[in-house]
Order: sequence, then structure tokens, then C-alpha cells
Amino acid sequence: MTTLRNIRPTTAGIALAAAALLGLWPLLPAWAAHTAAVSLGGGLVALGLMILIRFGLVSFGQGLFFAIGGYAAALANQFLGITDMLVLSVAGIAAAGTIAWALGYIVRGHRGIFFAMLNLAFSMILFGILAKTVALGSTDGFSVGVPTLLGVAPGPEAGRLTFVLFGFIVISSALVAWMVDRILASPVGYAGQGVRENELRLRYLGVSARGAVHLAYIMAAKLAALGGVFTVLLIGHVTPEDTAYWTKSGEFVFVAILGGAGNVAAPFIAQTVFELVRTFALQYVPEAWQMLLGITLLLVILFLPGGLWSLVDRLRGRNA
Amino acid sequence: MMALAAIVVDSLVYASWLFIVSIGLTLIFGVMNVLNVAHGSLYALGAYTAAWGVGMYVGGAPDAGYVLLAIMLVAAIVVGVLVGILIERGVLRWVYGRDEIVIVLATYAVFLVLEDVMKLIFGPESYIAFQPRFLFGTVSVAGIPYVGYDLLLVPLVALIGVGIWAAIHRTRPGKLLIAVIHDREIASALGINVARFFTVTFLCGAILGALGGALSAPLISVVPGIGVELIVLAFAVVVIGGLGSVEGAAIGALLVGLGRTAAVFFRPELELFVVFVVMTVVLAVRPEGLFGKPQTRRI
Amino acid sequence: MPEALLETRGLGKTFGAVVAAEDVSVSVAAGEIVGVIGANGAGKTTFCNMVTGYLTPDRGRILFRGTDITGCTVGEATAAGIHRSFQIPQLFPGLTVYENLLLSVGVFGHRRPPWWKPLVRPEIQQEARRVMEQYHIADSAETRVDRLPQGVRKLLDIAMAMVGGPAMILLDEPTSGISTEEKFDVMGNVIDALRSSGATVLFVEHDMDVVGRYADRVIAFREGRVLADGTPREVLENPAVIEHVVGRRPPRPTDA
Ligand SMILES: Nc1ncnc2c1ncn2[C@@H]1O[C@H](COP(=O)(O)OP(=O)(O)OP(=O)(O)O)[C@@H](O)[C@H]1O
Ligand SMILES: [Mg+2]
Repeated sequence: MTTLRNIRPTTAGIALAAAALLGLWPLLPAWAAHTAAVSLGGGLVALGLMILIRFGLVSFGQGLFFAIGGYAAALANQFLGITDMLVLSVAGIAAAGTIAWALGYIVRGHRGIFFAMLNLAFSMILFGILAKTVALGSTDGFSVGVPTLLGVAPGPEAGRLTFVLFGFIVISSALVAWMVDRILASPVGYAGQGVRENELRLRYLGVSARGAVHLAYIMAAKLAALGGVFTVLLIGHVTPEDTAYWTKSGEFVFVAILGGAGNVAAPFIAQTVFELVRTFALQYVPEAWQMLLGITLLLVILFLPGGLWSLVDRLRGRNA
Repeated sequence: MMALAAIVVDSLVYASWLFIVSIGLTLIFGVMNVLNVAHGSLYALGAYTAAWGVGMYVGGAPDAGYVLLAIMLVAAIVVGVLVGILIERGVLRWVYGRDEIVIVLATYAVFLVLEDVMKLIFGPESYIAFQPRFLFGTVSVAGIPYVGYDLLLVPLVALIGVGIWAAIHRTRPGKLLIAVIHDREIASALGINVARFFTVTFLCGAILGALGGALSAPLISVVPGIGVELIVLAFAVVVIGGLGSVEGAAIGALLVGLGRTAAVFFRPELELFVVFVVMTVVLAVRPEGLFGKPQTRRI
Repeated sequence: MPEALLETRGLGKTFGAVVAAEDVSVSVAAGEIVGVIGANGAGKTTFCNMVTGYLTPDRGRILFRGTDITGCTVGEATAAGIHRSFQIPQLFPGLTVYENLLLSVGVFGHRRPPWWKPLVRPEIQQEARRVMEQYHIADSAETRVDRLPQGVRKLLDIAMAMVGGPAMILLDEPTSGISTEEKFDVMGNVIDALRSSGATVLFVEHDMDVVGRYADRVIAFREGRVLADGTPREVLENPAVIEHVVGRRPPRPTDA
């Protein structure tokens, strides 16, 4: 597991990564740009799970907030005619934040499998609602139009992934990752370690463990929602099965565990690996894709408990 | 009046089914503290194997009779033992002692692997084994005709439930098992072979999971993804009653059975919703379930 | 008699059939060092649990500085200035001694920890180091605490309880698990450190020599009730106390 020392601001690293992605745009083939953007969206969800993992918590229902983000954007687009990606993102975050705030009063006292299961139950309730409500598109979901930014609309020939959308996703992901990085280095982040290591002692230090968990839960929800908005804008479609169903939540947990909790970059790296491998696996060995996931997960649990990022740490340790 | 009778009978039948497909899950958790996501795979494998076996047999002999039931039973035991040993000896024993949630993730990994293994073995097509369902004709209850097989599930499952309960509370190994549940360290200090109890418990749970699948094979069309749906339902059942409690699983099955049947009658679109709302309410208010005891930590 | 810092009135707590506290009325004046004795299961830890808000008493009231704090949460009792150490040290097992203190100092007292400023700041690091020095555990700074010897764990546990400068500290068996030779050393250091901070101390202890040496006053518990309360001499020579607490060989400390 991570120790306190792994928490260090990587402002420069994040800025550099974002700049590199933006600079590479002209060179990236369409599929690569799409994969990168989708990985950022999914990575945000895994980043939220990573915060929870720092607190010693795993949610098997993060698809709930992913779906809330995606549906908030889709509904705002469909029924209110909003196309601005900034407004849609804020809508998704606000919706998820409000719901997580309310649900937080229930989950903040739960730990371990009870936390995991309660969130699973929440997400399955939403799945049940979405899949059976005709007004919300039932199992077919919705389509979403091509988004704009501050009045800048893409030309008709531009396709879905414009430089504007790409840039928006890259820059907001970087900003958010930077914020999370700071938060993990703040007393809240350390309180998370306290919850994970020994909640009793934390309480006797005058910290409200439940309050800290509540805060982390809301943050993770907002991240998942933003990831949901990005994904919907990129894919152009949202369905309950691809967002709220428990298998989707399981995928996010997989990515978070694969990346490890060592650094805010880890979930994004893991999500990129996940997307790339999926693309190739679905093409060449479609019947073995889940098997691949399962075996990888087992290997990580048994041999790499710190996830992919612990490899980076190991390399660094050797060089230092 | 007729609607009421129908709801009661349907609920009972459905609850019996829920109980048999979830009891293995709660048994394993109660003894080993392992929340076994791969239970869904065991169910699916049991169903596939039974359906395949029945299909093979029916192809050859026309009036198959009770041989069909024997085939289903054997299928369940074979699947349960083979896959159970594989999971427990091959995976779980490497993660015993780690965080509860890590163990859940390990079983989730197994679940993912088995999903594809099934697709590789059985292919994407559906298997249908309706024949055993018509072995017992139809029975009329309060003027409504029911399939005999469905109704027989109720006493059969009640028997299995009572059997498990008696095995735990009325036999010597059962009493030792309670000691293991109570405190592993003390139990092993007393000379009880805890590892053996774990293996045996896991095998029993696995067989029960596969048996649930085998018994369901005549009721459903066996297709990829049935395990995915089953496991969340089974979670709901065992969580409501209290993870690890046999009586709890029975109550959970009855509650979910009643709720879902009522929903199907009055507001079909609420079917899934009802189940998880009950699960949420119980988890939120009494995470240890209706039958579990709240634990306070002594310091 | 000076005004009481802590006062309990008729505290009672039962667990099923076990009476862990019954009509416990004691009062502790500011600056006192009170020793608490009693056989295993006498209700000493339960008393600490109730005073610090970990358990809510079934009956009775707790007053701190004259304010009723009955039913407070642990966080509120801590904020009011009552801290404690534990019979079994409560540390952050995966972190080093220094990290344990860094975390403790950095998060202390934030009901809602701020999320915008970094925890590791020079003044926090300095304070963590100072505490390590004060409790003589700086040699183990870089050791993960789950690999520490019991004596150091006990000291760290007390050091973490002292973070934030409590007005009153309850020590639950500070010397359990420490060899007889070292007990006086450790306890001497702790008492010195606590005295210099001006905290009022209540310590639970099975070793009567330690109690006799450091306590200004002794309270003896038996089966949840106060059996005797007075100067060390009065209490340790009280026939009932000798029969039920002291007379037997000191009970084995229970830190299983
Ligand atoms: N949370 C609890 N649930 C049930 N019983 C409890 C609980 N906490 C304490 N008890 C019981 O209350 C009684 C008093 O326990 P307590 O821990 O206060 O004793 P103690 O004086 O600290 O003993 P020791 O010297 O062994 O630490 C004991 O019989 C104990 O078993
Ligand atoms: Mg005690």
C-alpha cells in the first residue's frame, strides 16, 4: 500500500502531460485521439475510486454517478437544448454532487463490503429506474448532439471529436487531476489514510471520520459524473446498461486497482491501457476479453498490490 | 381473492428459487467471510451443465423420467466440486488473511474468467431443458393451474434449508464449524483443522450454487449473462437477511419474493427497483441485516 | 477542595448481564495525577470509554469544567480537551513513527479537515519531531509501527494522545507489556512530559508500585463500583482493596 511519502504535488508533471497531449493533436490519428479522450473520461471515474481507495473504501456502484453525469448532460441537451460542453459538465457535476451529498449521509457510516454493497444497491436502483422509464429512453437511452463551447460550434464536416472538445477534455482533466493531487496532500487526504489505517485513533484526534468519508464520497461522485459527461459527449449516446449496470462499476474498480493509488496519474494510465487492450482484444479475441481482465486482476492482486504505479515507484527508487 | 392466492403461491415459488440460488453465498460468507462473486458463475455453470446433460439424454431416450433429475443433480455436484476446488485451492487460499474487500475482488476476477470460459465451452446459443419441468404434470391451486415442478421446489428447498440448519446445529462437525465461525484462532489452537473446514464449506457452497443453477435450468433459457444477473439478486437476498445467516437468507428470499411478485402483478416496471430498494433500506438501517448482530468494537 | 475539572455522577453501564459500571461518582481536580486500580473486568476501561464519549452511559452524568458532556461524541470530548491512550496501542500500523505523528499533528482537531492547504508544512514537521524527542522515540522515527517493540508502541500511543495539548488525559495501562525494569523509566518520562504540559492525568495501572510512586490519589474499582477513593496510602492499605485488588498477585494485563 502507499505510504504518506507518495503524496507529492506533481503540478509540473500534470501540466506537461496536458501540453504534450494538446501539442500532439495534429499528429494523432482519429482513433488515437478518441482513445486518449475516452481514457481521460474513464480515468476520471477511476480517479474518484482512487480517492476512496485511499480511504480504504471500494465502491461497487460508481456507475451510479457515471450514469448521473452522462444522463444529466444528455437530458440537458435533449430537453433544454443546451449544447455548451462547459454548461453540460457543470450540470453533470452539480447533479451528482447533490445526490452524493444526500446519499453520503447514509454511506458515510459504512465500511468494507457494506460500503461496496450499499453503493451497488444504489446503482442498481438507478439502473432499474432508467431501464424502465420511457421518458428517460428506457434501455435504448438517448443520443446527444455535437457539443459547442462558448458559442464556438464545430463545422458540419468536423465529426464528433473536434479540437475544441479534445482540448476541453484534456484541460479540464488536467485541472481536476491537479486539484485532486492537492487534496490528497492536504489534511483531508491524510485523514483518508487515517480512516484506512485506524479510524478509532483518527476519531480520538478530534477528526470526524464520517465527515471525511462524506467529503471523499462527494468528490468521487463529481469526478465520476464529469467522466460520464465526457464519455457521453465523445460517444454521442448513453444507455443504462453502459453506465449504471454493475458490470460497468466493476470495470471502473478494475481500472482503479490496476493503476494503484500511488499517484493521480495512475488511474489515467490504467484506463488508457484498458481501452487499448480492449480495442485489440475485441478485434482479435472477443471471447477472451473478460478472461484477460480477470487474469490481470488476479495477477495484480497477488503480485502487484500497489498497481501499475508501484512499478514506476520501484524504478524511481532504483534510480534515486 | 384469486389474485391474492396467486401472489402468495407465486411468491412462495419464487422465494424458494431465490433461497436455493443464494444459500451457498451466505454459507460461504458466514464461515469464511468471503463474499463470493463467482457464485454467479457457479449458478450459470450448473445451469449450463444440467441443460446440456438433459439435452444429450433426451436426444437418445424418449421417456426419460426421473433419470433427468438424476442428471441435474450429478451435473450440480460435478460442477460444484470441480470448480469449487479450483477456486478455493487455486485462488482463495492465496488471499486468505487479506482485506475482506481484496478477497471480493479476487472472486470478481474469477467470475470474469469463468464468464468467458462458459462462452468458450457452451458458445453463444441458448440451451433449453424444459423436459424435467413437465415430469410432475400440473396442479391446480385455488383454481389456478401450476406446473408441478415449480410447486415441488417449495418443499424441496425447505428440506434443503432445514437440512443445512440441522447439519450446522445438530451434528458434531457442525458444532466444530460454529467454533470455527466464532473464532478461527482459538479453533485452530484447539486442534480443529480450519483449512479443511474452509475447503469443505466452500465446496458445499459451490455445490449449492451449481444446484441452484441446475434446478433453474428447466425454468429458464440458459444463455450467456445469466450469472451476471443472478449474482446481484443473490446479493440482495443474503444482505437483507444478514450476510452469513441461513435463517436470514430464508427471510430475505421471502421478502424479495413477495416484493417482486407483487410488483410484477401491479407495477411490472418496478420489478427490479423493488428488490434493490429493499436491499438499500436494510443495508442503510441495519447493515448487519435483519438477522445479524450489530458488532461494537471493544477497546 | 479546588473546583473539579472532571466530575462523574452516578455513571452506570451494563452489557447484557454484565454490570461494567454502577453508580460511579468521582471527581478529579485540575493538576491531579489519579491512579485507577481494579482487577480484570472491574470496569476501568469502560470508565475511560464513557468519559471520552466512546460509550454513552446508561445512567448518570459526566461534567467537564462544570459543563455537562454526557452523550458527547469522541470528537466533541476530544475538542473539549479530554484525550486518552489505549490499553492496546491505537496507531496507524502501515506508517512509520514519524508519519504517525505527522498525520496526528496535521489533522488534529479539524472536524472538517481543510482540503486546500498541504498538510506537510515546516511547522507541522517541526512539531512532530519535537513530540518524538519529548517521548524519546526519535530513534525509531523511520520504523513502521507494526514492527515496533511494545514499549515504543505504548510511548507513541501516549504521544499521539498528547497531540493538541489536552487539559486532561486518561492513560489506559500505560505500562502494560513493558518489562518491570523499564516500567519506572517509561512512566517517569511520561509523567514528566505530562507534568510539563500541565495536563491533569488519570492513569489505569495494575502495578501497585507504579501507582504508589506516581499517583497523588487512587481510585479502586470492583465489579463496576468504586471500592475506595483517597490518598495512595489510604487506598492501598484499605482491607477491602487488599482483598479484592492488591492482595492477589497483580493480574495479567489483558492486551490480547
Ligand atoms: N463492548 C462490550 N460489550 C460487552 N461487554 C463488555 C464490553 N466492554 C466491556 N465489557 C465487559 O464489561 C466488564 C468491564 O470491562 P472493562 O474493559 O471496563 O474492564 P477493565 O477494568 O478495563 O479490565 P482489564 O483490566 O482487563 O482491562 C467486563 O466484564 C467486560 O467483559
Ligand atoms: Mg481495561
